[in-house]
Amino acid sequence: MKNKLLKFITCGSVDDGKSTLIGHMLYDAKLIFADQKRALELDSKVGSRDGKIDYSLLLDGLMAEREQGITIDVAYRYFSTERRSFIVADTPGHEEYTRNMAVGASFASLAVILTDASQGVLQQTRRHARICSLMGIRHFVFAVNKMDLVDYDRKRFKKIEREIKVLMAEFDYQTLQIIPVSATEGDNITRKSQRMMWYGEEPLLRYLEEVEVSEKGEKKGFSMPVQRVCRPNQNFRGFQGQISSGEIAVGEEVTVMPSREKAKVTGILQGDIAVEKSSCGHAVTIQLDTEIDISRGCVLEKDYKLSVGNMFAASILWMDDKSLVAGKNFWLKAGTQLISATVMNIKYKIDVNTGAEVYTDAIYKNEIAFCEISTGSSIVFDRFENNRDLGSLILIDRITNMTSACGTVIYPLERGENLTWHNMDITREMREVRLGQKAITIWMTGLSGAGKSTLANALEKRLFAMGKHTMLLDGDNVRMGLNKNLGFSEKDRIENIRRIAEASKLMNDAGLIVLTSFISPYRMERRNAKEIIGDSFVEVYVSTPLEECEKRDVKGLYREARMGRIANFTGISSRYEEPEQPDIVVDTSKHSLEECVEILLAGLEKYLGEC
Amino acid sequence: MNKDEKENRINHLDELEAEAIYIMREVAAECEKPVMLYSIGKDSSVMLHLAMKAFYPEKPPFPFLHVNTTWKFREMIEFRDETARKLGIEMLEYINEEGLRQGINPFDHGSAYTDIMKTQALKQALDKYGFTAAFGGGRRDEEKSRAKERIFSFRSESHAWDPKNQRPEMWQLFNTRIKQGESIRVFPLSNWTEKDIWQYIKRENIPIVSLYFAMPRPVVLRNGQLIMADDDRLKLREGEKIEMKSVRFRTLGCYPLTGAMESEAAALDEIIEETLSSVESERTSRIIDSDGGAASMEKRKREGYF
Repeated sequence: MKNKLLKFITCGSVDDGKSTLIGHMLYDAKLIFADQKRALELDSKVGSRDGKIDYSLLLDGLMAEREQGITIDVAYRYFSTERRSFIVADTPGHEEYTRNMAVGASFASLAVILTDASQGVLQQTRRHARICSLMGIRHFVFAVNKMDLVDYDRKRFKKIEREIKVLMAEFDYQTLQIIPVSATEGDNITRKSQRMMWYGEEPLLRYLEEVEVSEKGEKKGFSMPVQRVCRPNQNFRGFQGQISSGEIAVGEEVTVMPSREKAKVTGILQGDIAVEKSSCGHAVTIQLDTEIDISRGCVLEKDYKLSVGNMFAASILWMDDKSLVAGKNFWLKAGTQLISATVMNIKYKIDVNTGAEVYTDAIYKNEIAFCEISTGSSIVFDRFENNRDLGSLILIDRITNMTSACGTVIYPLERGENLTWHNMDITREMREVRLGQKAITIWMTGLSGAGKSTLANALEKRLFAMGKHTMLLDGDNVRMGLNKNLGFSEKDRIENIRRIAEASKLMNDAGLIVLTSFISPYRMERRNAKEIIGDSFVEVYVSTPLEECEKRDVKGLYREARMGRIANFTGISSRYEEPEQPDIVVDTSKHSLEECVEILLAGLEKYLGEC
Repeated sequence: MNKDEKENRINHLDELEAEAIYIMREVAAECEKPVMLYSIGKDSSVMLHLAMKAFYPEKPPFPFLHVNTTWKFREMIEFRDETARKLGIEMLEYINEEGLRQGINPFDHGSAYTDIMKTQALKQALDKYGFTAAFGGGRRDEEKSRAKERIFSFRSESHAWDPKNQRPEMWQLFNTRIKQGESIRVFPLSNWTEKDIWQYIKRENIPIVSLYFAMPRPVVLRNGQLIMADDDRLKLREGEKIEMKSVRFRTLGCYPLTGAMESEAAALDEIIEETLSSVESERTSRIIDSDGGAASMEKRKREGYF
């Protein structure tokens, strides 16, 4: 078998057919035993599908589930085809059982999210996609199910496909596949559907057999949380744990966190076998050359920058029936550390439907919140995106012992007073002289389709040709990197602009001429940007009128917005505030591109200075 | 990929092994008084082997417990005592003496026998020693209600399982906190399949009871199952006769309740081959499972069966 084991979950709204989908897959691929098949056929006879096989009965194993015809808890199924071994966690669709869905998601590396072709993307679809993303899933398959109920209509599928792409644009993912299926009829489950010849790609099972889910191959340093100290007699002292990242060899030096003491590895046991080196995933016992104080909860590391601190920002999923208010104290488990912790501050909760940040004082069951957590003493951790073992956490109720929340560390927090601004000996002026230019930020604002990007590009080429050192910031390079965690809510848009302004300022400080091209529709946000950037801020208003922009509609966005499919679209459903005193104005509907660039260069002359 | 990297790359069995060891170490580190249930079967043998590895060079820091119904195959008991002696581990045995005195047996008492000699016996044993966490060799691929159970599964003071209200279990962060009187059942082999068990037994050369291998044994055909006449407590009914047949067992339990399968597979590879091509799940040979229909296992588990 060439492909690695695939752990995946199925999720989606109630009655989207999750259990049926997996049941049918197992049945078709001949992956159930004869006695299970007999029982299934027998159970189906008394069921509601008129004696037709009800594939969901293969998975819904609890009495209450069979009685109510719903899935309450995650069911794990194990199967292998010739190409790959699978573990699938079939998760419940009811909102009430969201936490059980999250249990499945924390276990999986890929999610198959079902949507009902007759209903499209629902709130629960959005919730599940969001939770999958929170729990660390980076590979997604959307199975658009019940295609039989919409006559296998291609247009219907394409519409839902668009909805899904809009939804997923918010998340950080590595792969996304959207497949039209019918779980009851078996279309595109194990075999290509003859009724949807318009869908040219592989059926679901084949896709799952082939999809590559290994993590991005960057080299990481070694880290291992210590689970226990093994001391059978005077002569042996070993530290037992599972390697979280990287590799380690006998003779190498490790650092013990949080004490930062160093010691050399004198022996490694993989289980009961002595080895020279070991790597990520193995359960090992490590011996060191010096007697330093190490206990459960410490982390051994090499070439790995771990955070030690008592405060961090985390995204959490609240799972308790009782609500969460700031100031509540818990047991926090992270890695192998168990420590007293307090939720200091609930920054906001996420609206599952829109992704908007909503300010609130209390968090209720199944809500996702962003908050600040402080611990009783310093702990060792990392951001979740870097290390799942050291970046994940649970909060345990001190009285009921319930696992009240699970969460991921987004970033460490340090108290402001520890930060000082470093005065640098090499100044901006010295850099400008070296580069032979004045560093300014040319801030282009205007409607979508006004021609900002085209203009910025052409201008940058001219400046470059003139020997200037420039940098262009636009939606693409900023939204995909620096600001990829930001959505399109008002608050996120403000933060988006703030970060761009800060980045521009740093580049100006480095002596560069910066060109930015963002709609930046609000006077307020442009004023903020100007405050950050200072005197180097040059505001360029690309004043192409709305009628012209809408006529051009290069990306088809105006059309979508007019049909109400895009919320908060500037000029249509959200306002654009014209600059009151722009430094330069240019209208691309009145001049050719070359003329526009000339207008800009003329206007910029006094800012660029004589060089 | 060079040779070194290949050797260090973790395969499917390594991954399962590491997961089980991680779980065992967490329990040893966090739980007050753990015990490992030992049923002498293949899954228990794998679990014991993993425990020996997990704490090496230390011995497992908890005792092992066998709940003896007094109806196990004789060979199983010999194997149990030999294993404990060879490995130098503490093996506790518990028998429900009250049930024994009342003459509770699998022939006359049906499901009451399982309840009294297994379920009640287990609860008594856990209460007697005050164990707060008990490892079991259950696997999720065995049965539908098992497929729904967490790795750390909580039991009330009366050892009852509440399947509708299981504690969430995220990533590898196990919450082991319990109140006085409550306990945890821990299933480190949750994610193993029957095939994984056999392949691991082969890879690690783990000793198992020879009942798993085919050889001529005295058997009786009863209710469609081949029952081995392991001792003279098996009374023949009208029309029954003992025959010598080449048989082996896919699972092991109490001999009057364990169906044998006709087989010539006398070596590990042959058993693996037969298992992989089998069209019936392993639980069909367990007579107690069919007693009570599809939900019988969940019912027993709610009441405290492992």
